[in-house]
Amino acid sequence: MTNRSVPTTGDLVAGALKGRRLDVGGFVLVVGLLLALLISMIVLVTLIADMIQQGLPVLAERGWAFVSTPLSPDAHDAGIVQGIMGSLGLMLFVVVIAFPVGVASAIYLEEYAPDTRLTRFIVANVRNLAGVPSIVYGLLGLAIFVKLLGGITGGRTLISGGLTLAILVLPIMIITASEALRAVPMAIREAAFGVGATRWEVIRYQVLPVATPAILTGTVLTIARAFGESAPLLLSGAVLSLFFASPSGATLWDFVAHEKYTALPIIVFNWARQPQKEFVALTAAAIVVLLAILLLVNATAIVLRDRFERRT
Amino acid sequence: MNRIDAQPTSGASDTDRPLVFDVQGLNVFYGDFHAVRDVELPVRQNEITALIGPSGCGKSTVLRSLNRMNDLIPDARVEGQVAYHGVDLYGPEVDPVQVRRHIGMVFQKPNPFPKSIYDNVAFGPKIAGVRSGLDDVVEDSLKRAALWDEVKGKLSESAYALSGGQQQRLCIARAIATRPDVILMDEPASALDPIATLRIEELMFELKEDYTIVVVTHNMQQAARVSDRTAFFTVEVGEDGTRTGVLVEFGDTSTMFTNPSRKETEDYITGRFG
Repeated sequence: MTNRSVPTTGDLVAGALKGRRLDVGGFVLVVGLLLALLISMIVLVTLIADMIQQGLPVLAERGWAFVSTPLSPDAHDAGIVQGIMGSLGLMLFVVVIAFPVGVASAIYLEEYAPDTRLTRFIVANVRNLAGVPSIVYGLLGLAIFVKLLGGITGGRTLISGGLTLAILVLPIMIITASEALRAVPMAIREAAFGVGATRWEVIRYQVLPVATPAILTGTVLTIARAFGESAPLLLSGAVLSLFFASPSGATLWDFVAHEKYTALPIIVFNWARQPQKEFVALTAAAIVVLLAILLLVNATAIVLRDRFERRT
Repeated sequence: MNRIDAQPTSGASDTDRPLVFDVQGLNVFYGDFHAVRDVELPVRQNEITALIGPSGCGKSTVLRSLNRMNDLIPDARVEGQVAYHGVDLYGPEVDPVQVRRHIGMVFQKPNPFPKSIYDNVAFGPKIAGVRSGLDDVVEDSLKRAALWDEVKGKLSESAYALSGGQQQRLCIARAIATRPDVILMDEPASALDPIATLRIEELMFELKEDYTIVVVTHNMQQAARVSDRTAFFTVEVGEDGTRTGVLVEFGDTSTMFTNPSRKETEDYITGRFG
């Protein structure tokens, strides 16, 4: 080109800004990330679809009766009412024991404990405990609650199972509550101390109200975790086949402290092992009920959190 | 609260008001870190004492040692004497909780509780055991903090709905509500716009009729405008690179700003350093 004109500032800026390069690396990365996500989604969707497809006929045919009738060796009559009762009873233990003990431990660790090597050691080990396989807690439950304390718990009862599950989720409870407390801004604590509050008054009136939504959400999710556990219950005394309904006249205390018990995941485990073809559909139906309850629990957690957050 | 009138120190001019704080040889450590060294600071009743100086000079640390807020920091250690109306605040029988009821505090960033305006102000008196007349305490405190007219119709609304300047005045009302005789302010206007800052400064002027105020500020003009006395701190860098806050000069604000006796002070207030 002979007629070389002097480029204007506009031309230079346009040249610098417009040259779009193909970002191959970035593209590959995004596709990879999306694939990773897809794998887990596909597995989940397949699982749920498969269960619903197999279990739906049973649920459609039996309806509410499937949920409200007791276990039976006869696949046409078998229901899961003892499993639901057992699981609800276990959850009650988890809430009553793990919630107060977990929150109290978290309050101590976050608000009172001096930052010493011992404290850090304890915190690290609480995190380790949360990662211990649940079967190990089952063995612990068998050794302590069924055998050692059998006189108090009644051996293989709901009490033993409930205590085992409570111990199992306690570390998770402590961690979630600790994180909820740690998320409360330091400025709020300083403000409360500044007007002459004692440490407990600061916690009771300012820190806990702010941390409550997160603690409750964590608690509900922890319960959901316990709800799905089967291995520790198998060891600490849940029975696989519970064919007899409680004798009439049995009190709630009998149900808790003397009766054999089972739980929903145990029923799933047991039915899945049965050779008869009918039990395949029953297993799927029980899983659908289990998933539905878990979904309900998680939804409760979300509603709770939203309600509390809107209040402040 | 009964005010205990301290005797004027000997040799003081007769215009000097009674001493509220008499800080002698104050040293504050955070672990191995020597934050503040050998501070001498008299604070007089119904005056505004300003603590100024560059970042890291320990002015906030000194302020926080006046109502034992440093106790909340793990590893913090205070040496020397902080006499409050003649009582050593770090004496073995002194309860820091009671100290903070007499010596209120306003923080750098407005930090209202995530509660209603009413509950923010009522919290201090409530935990102090006040059961009756809470409404009057809340109203009176909000009036003194020059916030009443803006919030009187919406006391049950969240404090977070207020503007930053209003929140800071709410924090001042909250500090007043426990009926303290000293209010410590840690850069109370640094997070506010100029108009809100002006309101806080006017408020400080009104409040010193009834309270003794110690204010930390990095704003020279603010110190010059509002304070009666000024303490100028600076950072001393040791041979091993450690940084320790020291008090350079203390005196009447008018004197400090027109005729400082130390070169460092002059450099700082004229903007040549810091």
